[in-house]
Amino acid sequence: METREYDIVVVGSGAGGGTMAAALAPMVSQGVRILVLEQGPRLDPHEFTGSEGDMAGALYEDQGGFLTADGTMTLAMGRLFGGSTVVYTGTSLVAPDHVIREWYVPGLEHADIEQRCRKYMAQNHVHYLPRVLLNDNNKLFFTGCHRLGLKAEQFPLNVHGCKGSSLCNLGCPNSAKMGTHRVQLPDAERQGVEVITRTEVIRLEEKAAVVRVHAKPPGAKGREPEWAPGEYRINARQVVSCAGSVGTSALLLRSAVTAGVPGLGRGFTCHPAQILVAEHDRDITNDVGHPKSYYLDRARQEGFVLETCMYFPFVTAKNLTGFGPDHSAFMTAFPRLQMILVLACDKAVPENRITVDKSGKAVVHYTFTPAVRRSMVAATRMSARIFFAAGAKRVHAPPADPCLIDRQDAYRLDDLILEEHFIPGRLSISAAHLMGGCGMGPPGKGVTDSRGRVYGVPWLRVADASLFPDSLEINPYLTIMALADRVAEGIREDYRR
Amino acid sequence: MTAAVLLPVGATFRAVAMTVVPETAALEPKEWEVLERGVEAALSQRPETMRRQLVLFLRVIEYLPLLSHRGRFSRLDLAARLAICRRLERSPRLLIRRGLWGLRTLIFMGYYGQPAVQGRLGYRAHPDGWSARRRGGEEAASDGAVPTDL
Ligand SMILES: Cc1cc2nc3c(=O)[nH]c(=O)nc-3n(C[C@H](O)[C@H](O)[C@H](O)COP(=O)(O)OP(=O)(O)OC[C@H]3O[C@@H](n4cnc5c(N)ncnc54)[C@H](O)[C@@H]3O)c2cc1C
Ligand code: SF4
Repeated sequence: METREYDIVVVGSGAGGGTMAAALAPMVSQGVRILVLEQGPRLDPHEFTGSEGDMAGALYEDQGGFLTADGTMTLAMGRLFGGSTVVYTGTSLVAPDHVIREWYVPGLEHADIEQRCRKYMAQNHVHYLPRVLLNDNNKLFFTGCHRLGLKAEQFPLNVHGCKGSSLCNLGCPNSAKMGTHRVQLPDAERQGVEVITRTEVIRLEEKAAVVRVHAKPPGAKGREPEWAPGEYRINARQVVSCAGSVGTSALLLRSAVTAGVPGLGRGFTCHPAQILVAEHDRDITNDVGHPKSYYLDRARQEGFVLETCMYFPFVTAKNLTGFGPDHSAFMTAFPRLQMILVLACDKAVPENRITVDKSGKAVVHYTFTPAVRRSMVAATRMSARIFFAAGAKRVHAPPADPCLIDRQDAYRLDDLILEEHFIPGRLSISAAHLMGGCGMGPPGKGVTDSRGRVYGVPWLRVADASLFPDSLEINPYLTIMALADRVAEGIREDYRR
Repeated sequence: MTAAVLLPVGATFRAVAMTVVPETAALEPKEWEVLERGVEAALSQRPETMRRQLVLFLRVIEYLPLLSHRGRFSRLDLAARLAICRRLERSPRLLIRRGLWGLRTLIFMGYYGQPAVQGRLGYRAHPDGWSARRRGGEEAASDGAVPTDL
């Protein structure tokens, strides 16, 4: 095994890793050698075709089909240069004050998070899309909410040159989404940070990462790896794990030097989500225009958030409950479909955690708590009301049996959409906001302190979504960037001393 | 390539496919090939144990109706096949529900993942977004089409 020497090694290149790379990059000019290791490939802009069949395997862990241990929920994780920021939708929200307070992390203040979020909002060109660029799918959500006296809010988005292809979750074919692959990583590389792709960190050893560089499979998308395929040991004074909630937890759990850290893998949350669909009498613009313009925040009141969304035919088919003629009828109504994404604000509980199997692969244990089931059902009822208020003729409501509800039954939604029909394994539930596993907290409670320093392992820091001690209740990428920025600041200060 | 995964249970797989997506009953042999190639490609990325479980599950589906319907699954009509799949979908046992969910997901992927099928559904997303629609003579955002009380 070849050995190489660096000062700082960053594992992962997503929201956390990309931010870390750019925030540390000025140190390169002072002679600090910084290396980013990314297990996925580096795709060139022309490779983002927007085709569902073509892209899923190139972008996502397990082609987007990573399942929880009991197989009842699919977890979406980007696995390439830029991590999940390549596939995210770009909604850019600052963490709510009450959430940060209720995390009870000594030394972590909301004002600090907010100020750092604002910095990245400016860097990522966050703004509101003009109304003329919003499609019917989004405007109908607003209309439905308005008619019910609910206040839908517009999402700030981090896009620049968005053409409205609606393909965000397949990677932007127009390089318009300002993920770390577009902003922070190129900036870091210009300043001399090295990023090597197709490089999987197998385990951590004392002040070192043992990695395997994979050859590019024949016919696969993406560039060749920057280093020759094979195993390497990379020595470093400081390792920063930014492999995501699942990736970082699994890496630390399968590494003998960290496996014993108390609390590792605990506190996993993910905003379990369901896609709800309704059919209108006429065609609407849904598969053109940015997919996500509005949201309705009911986190404090009822434990859920509703967001506009639009998915591709296979993802839509998968997320509709059932099969057969009813299912087909909905699919063939594609140009008339309106969609809402329901997100439950789950809480960290002991059962929901990350472990590793014998081969070191991550296993995510997740059960839907009664509170999550209640939130999902309440969110579905509210969504159905919004759909009907916007003029839909029928609604597909997974926790109803049968799950198709016609307009004439709109008055009895509370009788039709019931918790008893929330049957895991029958319904399609997925999650894209993976959080926790290496939560910040006081010594004895957290895995790290508020600066991402792993207790008892002075050469190791964490700077990604795994730091969240509990769920965020909103879309998380900006908060992850803010936390990574804090961790990077700590590293820079250590070097100055 | 694992063309062998579906081969021993090919008739059952197609019967399930025609149950969950009735349109597949009209597929030409070449179109079946495309669907099954997509499914095989996805399966080839999955662990061997999962592939074995899939084959076993398809065998169970094939012979399960011998008792209730006096016939193998692949020889039953659509209504009977739908009834059986619905029973599995509502099974009290998570393993069975999960099995059916996974199988239908694979079939949806093989069918709805095809660009030609997506086109037939009226799905028209294009990298050029609004300008592609304008080229087709449509307005950027059809402001007039949504209710006016915004
Ligand atoms: C489809 C989708 C849509 C989303 N939309 C939004 C949105 O609109 N707004 C929002 O705020 N959030 C959104 N999110 C969530 C957001 O993208 C993530 O929360 C965020 O990117 C997580 O940052 P991270 O650094 O923790 O992990 P990631 O960004 O996932 O990065 C982790 C990286 O580490 C790499 N890695 C893992 N293990 C290893 C290893 N052993 N060796 C080397 N590399 C490794 C992975 O390949 C990956 O590139 C979305 C997520 C998805 C999947
Ligand atoms: S909607 Fe805009 S940001 Fe999203 S993929 Fe299309 S062009 Fe890119």
